[in-house]
Amino acid sequence: MSRKLLGATTALVLAGTVPALADCPVKVGVLHSLSGTMAISETTLKDTMEMLIEQQNEKGGVLGCELEAVVVDPASDWPLFAEKARELLTVHEVDVIFGNWTSVSRKSVLPVIEELNGLLFYPVQYEGEESSKNVFYTGAAPNQQAIPATDYFLEELGVEKFALLGTDYVYPRTTNNILESYLQQKGIPAEDIFVNYTPFGHSDWSKIVSDVVALGADGKKVGVISTINGDANVGFYKELAAAGISADDIPVVAFSVGEEELSGLDTSNLVGHLAAWNYFQSADTDANAAWIEAWKARMGEDRVTNDPMEAHYIGFNMWVNAVTAAETTDVDAVRSAMYGQEFPNLTGGTAVMLPNHHLAKPVLIGEIQEDGQFDIISQTDEVPGDAWTDYLPESAVLKSDWQELGCGMYNTETSSCVQIESNY
Amino acid sequence: MLCFVRHVILCSVLCFSAAVPAVAQDIGAPIQTLLQTHGEVIKQSSRRTIGPAIDALAASGLDDAKTVLERWQNKEMWFEAETGVFVFAAAAEGGMLRLFDVAGGVEIGVTEKRPYKQLKPNSGIRGLISAALVQFQLNDPDPSERAKALTAIERDADASHLAALRGAIDGETVPELKAKKQRLERLLTIRFSDDDADRITAIQSFAGDLGVDVRAALNPLVATRLDVADTLPENAMPVEVGTEDLSRARAYALLVDKELAAAQTDPATLRDTLIANIDAGTVAGVQVASLDTDDARMAAYAALAAQGLAAPLVTEADVTAALEAFQFFEVFTGAPVSVAQAAQRALSDIETRVALNQTADLALDALSLASIYFLAAIGLAITFGVMGVINMAHGEFIMMGAYTGYVVQLFVPDYTLSILLAIPLAFAVTFSAGVAMERLVIRWLYHRPLETLLATFGVSIALQQLAKNIFGTQARPLTAPGWLDGSLIINDIVSISYIRIAIFVLALLFLALFLFVMKRTRLGLEVRAVTQNPRMAASMGINPDRINMLTFGFGSGIAGIAGVAIGLYAKVTSEMGTDYIVQSFMTVVVGGVGNIWGTLLGATLVGTLQKGIEWMNPSNTLAAQTYMILFIILFIQFRPRGIIALKGRAAEA
Amino acid sequence: MADIALTPPRRPFVARYPSVIIFIGLLALFTIGVTVLSEGFGIGVISTSFVKTLGKTLCLCLVALAMDLVWGYCGILSLGHMAFFGIGGYAIGMWLMYARTEIIVRDSLAAAPLPPTPQEISDGIAGQIFGVVGASEFPPIWAVAHSLPLQLAAVVLVPGLIALVFGWLAFRSRVTGVYLSILTQAMTLALALYLFQNDSGLRGNNGLSGLQNLPGLGHVPQSTLSVIFLWASALALGLGYLLCAWVVSGKFGSVIRAIRDDEARVRFLGYSVEAYKLFIFTFTAILAGIAGALYYPQAGIINPAELAPIASIYLAVWVAIGGRGRLYGAVIGAAFVSLLSTWFTGGQAPDINLGVYTVQWVDWWTILLGLSFVAVTLFAPRGIGGLFDLISDRRSPDRHGADLGPGTGALQEKEAEK
Repeated sequence: MSRKLLGATTALVLAGTVPALADCPVKVGVLHSLSGTMAISETTLKDTMEMLIEQQNEKGGVLGCELEAVVVDPASDWPLFAEKARELLTVHEVDVIFGNWTSVSRKSVLPVIEELNGLLFYPVQYEGEESSKNVFYTGAAPNQQAIPATDYFLEELGVEKFALLGTDYVYPRTTNNILESYLQQKGIPAEDIFVNYTPFGHSDWSKIVSDVVALGADGKKVGVISTINGDANVGFYKELAAAGISADDIPVVAFSVGEEELSGLDTSNLVGHLAAWNYFQSADTDANAAWIEAWKARMGEDRVTNDPMEAHYIGFNMWVNAVTAAETTDVDAVRSAMYGQEFPNLTGGTAVMLPNHHLAKPVLIGEIQEDGQFDIISQTDEVPGDAWTDYLPESAVLKSDWQELGCGMYNTETSSCVQIESNY
Repeated sequence: MLCFVRHVILCSVLCFSAAVPAVAQDIGAPIQTLLQTHGEVIKQSSRRTIGPAIDALAASGLDDAKTVLERWQNKEMWFEAETGVFVFAAAAEGGMLRLFDVAGGVEIGVTEKRPYKQLKPNSGIRGLISAALVQFQLNDPDPSERAKALTAIERDADASHLAALRGAIDGETVPELKAKKQRLERLLTIRFSDDDADRITAIQSFAGDLGVDVRAALNPLVATRLDVADTLPENAMPVEVGTEDLSRARAYALLVDKELAAAQTDPATLRDTLIANIDAGTVAGVQVASLDTDDARMAAYAALAAQGLAAPLVTEADVTAALEAFQFFEVFTGAPVSVAQAAQRALSDIETRVALNQTADLALDALSLASIYFLAAIGLAITFGVMGVINMAHGEFIMMGAYTGYVVQLFVPDYTLSILLAIPLAFAVTFSAGVAMERLVIRWLYHRPLETLLATFGVSIALQQLAKNIFGTQARPLTAPGWLDGSLIINDIVSISYIRIAIFVLALLFLALFLFVMKRTRLGLEVRAVTQNPRMAASMGINPDRINMLTFGFGSGIAGIAGVAIGLYAKVTSEMGTDYIVQSFMTVVVGGVGNIWGTLLGATLVGTLQKGIEWMNPSNTLAAQTYMILFIILFIQFRPRGIIALKGRAAEA
Repeated sequence: MADIALTPPRRPFVARYPSVIIFIGLLALFTIGVTVLSEGFGIGVISTSFVKTLGKTLCLCLVALAMDLVWGYCGILSLGHMAFFGIGGYAIGMWLMYARTEIIVRDSLAAAPLPPTPQEISDGIAGQIFGVVGASEFPPIWAVAHSLPLQLAAVVLVPGLIALVFGWLAFRSRVTGVYLSILTQAMTLALALYLFQNDSGLRGNNGLSGLQNLPGLGHVPQSTLSVIFLWASALALGLGYLLCAWVVSGKFGSVIRAIRDDEARVRFLGYSVEAYKLFIFTFTAILAGIAGALYYPQAGIINPAELAPIASIYLAVWVAIGGRGRLYGAVIGAAFVSLLSTWFTGGQAPDINLGVYTVQWVDWWTILLGLSFVAVTLFAPRGIGGLFDLISDRRSPDRHGADLGPGTGALQEKEAEK
């Protein structure tokens, strides 16, 4: 309490003003849960940020200033995210925030960031349908993960019938909605798309798995697109293995299962099932080898790297370059300098920041191996992230372009800006 | 050119591994040449384009073709990035590669990885390779190779397999494989044969067969296409418009598609037309500002249409008239009519049996869920049902049991042994935890049930957080021994995993144990005496303190064992207890407190109900849980003492 | 709190309950103090985010008051009052979202060549609110979301009605004690699970967000709004306290305490026990709903996790630690424990280095809370509020055994044994 009061007294700055021209040190806010249910995923990202900042300081910081990480703990509590974001921006006066994992926590932070004109880098794959002036989305939009994976199913595996299984929350809902629409445009009839939602941490999968097997009864090849989240995957894959479903019969592609999640599983029965990401630890490049080495040296040999970590890696380096180019940490100047920033991916190729605040990144599809790693079997060219999906009629007409149009939700049909501030 | 290539290879081998004697690769071998012809396609590695390459290899008649296909499929084929020469490779020590010639498989040497790239055929391509390998494998002397070929045909059959399969039946010596071949032959006949009579015979031979593969073969035959015409053609089945099979909108869309009717004017076109005709603030003489209702827009559009500035408005009445003027019907597209009808008859016969079996499968699922609930609740049936102590930390005892199993597996890598060790250990751990809790907390609160509830909640919160601090928040693996892997498959529809059967058996064992302890042992007698009348029991020489402690420990210990079982089938997390606590209490309360048979009935009711609701609404499992809880709340209102209400003296205790 | 049954009933209400006056006075002082120190209206010593925390704490105190009434006074351990709190939040949140989105949609449609039809506006709002969960139509539950008065009525009516129906069913079939607690917990779980579903029409797991931006007041800075909400919360708490104090006074108060101590005897005396319990249950549910409606605009977001059974259990923890059966006890408990919780889980408490192991409070606070809860139940059933008894030099009649209930009139352990 006393610290809050003290902080407030020293910082009698009105909301909305962010210090221009670097006064040292440059502060970087880290807004990831360190306790509660999301801690397991988000703590890794906090460590990633601390490592990145340390590395940058060794290179001499930015604008001649040391970088300082301001770490707060929103404790997996969504309202607390908003409160902590306000604290970061008004009390600690950070120049940029890296943070959030779940969509609901991002929606909680949005109004605060927009009100106080902050800058947030969001590193996780998400459902799209959003574009905020103050947020850079370094994770994958649906067209950078879900759509290419579905194409892979359609073209490479010849899947004709789809089971979309997901945990009942916003990311699977929106993604499946987009996919349903996309599949129908690709000529898959509605009755060949089976959709099911289960609660968080669901464990009784036998009926759902047998429902999926039964889909094969009309002679079409069945594939499962899984947006099942977290713990529930354990029961799902166990039941899948128990039912003896091999990846050659019914392939499963998951969007929320990465190296970290597989460490809680015996993967010997899951070999060949798929995941789609923009990054896998098994990517064979020099940059990635160096990154993994630095990470393991810092955190321990048994730790793995994953996709959101790469997103922070790209986002942070782009921000550093943008600050250097703008010669200030002022949010508006940095934002203008962000557009067109390029930085090499860890998987090869170059990520580019687009005017819609999304990255152009390659999409990778990997097969699960016995050792819990992924074997990358397909890698596309860079796909530009799309804030508003092209496959839902109401979103297809929308466009986000903060550089030219200065609008995140621009209706191309009526040529008007629907709104500048986000509706959360 | 070839000379140059050889030179590069030699150089690369020499440069990167000077220590290894380099054997020159046979660049000119026919198999290498063939691969080079299709080099681009093979490197592109896409199922859509790979077909010619695989076909060429399979049809080449080269001795090496089979090996190349197999090793390519196993991701053992590599190529040198610069030259495109294909080699086989295996990992060698120190991150190096051991190379072999694709022709003859002769070892070339060990080299650095960098200049080589691995071919990673995806499972679509691997399927195609499997299908191509069928011709080599079908008559292979090794039965396992033949079995592979059959699996490949099952997965991805094509017309050419039929003849090959027919030729391979007579020579088959292994009875199972022969039966499988015959079955596959009939399936392929249905799909690919030119002879309708043959197909119908094959179809009829599958009458009542429950296999998914049979339905997969039959269903495409009965595929239909919706069409429309002035009059009904021969062999067509009429479809009624406005029924579930064919909605008005879909029927009219078909008419529009076939250009037999004009599209209905939807609000968007209406709006766009109006916008296009805005003229100095008015549309067809109507002020733009007044066009803020659908009726006003409709009227303005009608005015525009009257002036010929827009397509005429298509009203509901027009739609009805158009629909009535035409006949909608379906025709078979998958097969000749006689075959399709035979398939339809066979299918309708199968469907009835499928429905029956699905019910059986659902019942099995419900039974399995019920046994899980029973297992989770049985410890509670002792502490809450018999002693009347509310223990909200019961779920955490389940969690402790599961974590005990996890810890044991850390030290004992053999899964069978570790489970056998984990069960008594879990009992011991939770028994002691239960006794400690009874001694430290609960015994002071026997007359204050609400306080017991709250205090045990406190313990529950603390234990959960403690588990998080020790084990982290991520799910921990608890792996079942190999003999519990897989499922008991009765037919393609009814099956249940062995782990669930094990849980079911465990639940029955616990029931027997409970009944034995309570009815046949000294302890059980004393427990019943103490719960009915502690003072009387005490005056008979029973020490109620000791009995309470032991009973509570016993109930907790059973929860620990249940934890191991639940961890095996689902997951081990610090929050797993909360998943079961409310359901467990519901199970005990619904069944009737103080009666183990009541708990059994309660678990059955809860399990069946949940599966039943899930079956009615398969796309939303959460709804099933919600409605189940609501049902139980209502159930308790009308039968507060549960299904089996205790009567007489026991009820007053 | 004085023991009402023993005091002559003639003197004016406030004179009989000096604690009410003291409480209201302290609350007013606190509010004025915070206002003076705030960024919005004063010298800016207290940051806006902390003003919000204080405002939210006042709302938590109000719901704790309700919990105390239903549990401490009437003996019904409800594990569902945080659900009513959440429903109140959802009710007001629906209007806030609708009205704010309506402004955005109207503005954007004003640029269109044709004036928008009501249908187009409604579709636009629905698209904005539900686009995120993959729908674009208003579920029936949003039928009156456009109207502030109707949604305000819903804040009161929905929790009230749910409590009324649930309570009527439960009390009618004489479900009491721990059974009732478990049943209320099941109700909470069912409600939370229902809201978690997307089909509930309330945006599933995402819940309602951006609630801190009041429609039409976009130009007013949050520093001002936070103080206004603090006033509103303080006013609600003050009024709620007065109302509760009035309810527990007099004969009515005596009856509900008698129900807590021995329900059967009260029934034999001819009182309609069910009606009394139903009234208290419903009344406190409404109070909880109002507290929620004030809390969530300050928190900014509401989602189903807020209704999880654990929240209601924490509510009971606050009241127990503060001291059941005395209104100020509930307020003290809620304020003390929730602020302490924020402090510990916020990572602000210093770690304790034990040499071999460093105690990080983020990890250990919950354990401490759980154990202290056990300790309070075992050793100090009167909670923090019990300290005031020591100071005020009043002792309970010298009876044998430990207290069973929180109040002085409660049954003693020896008397309870048959």
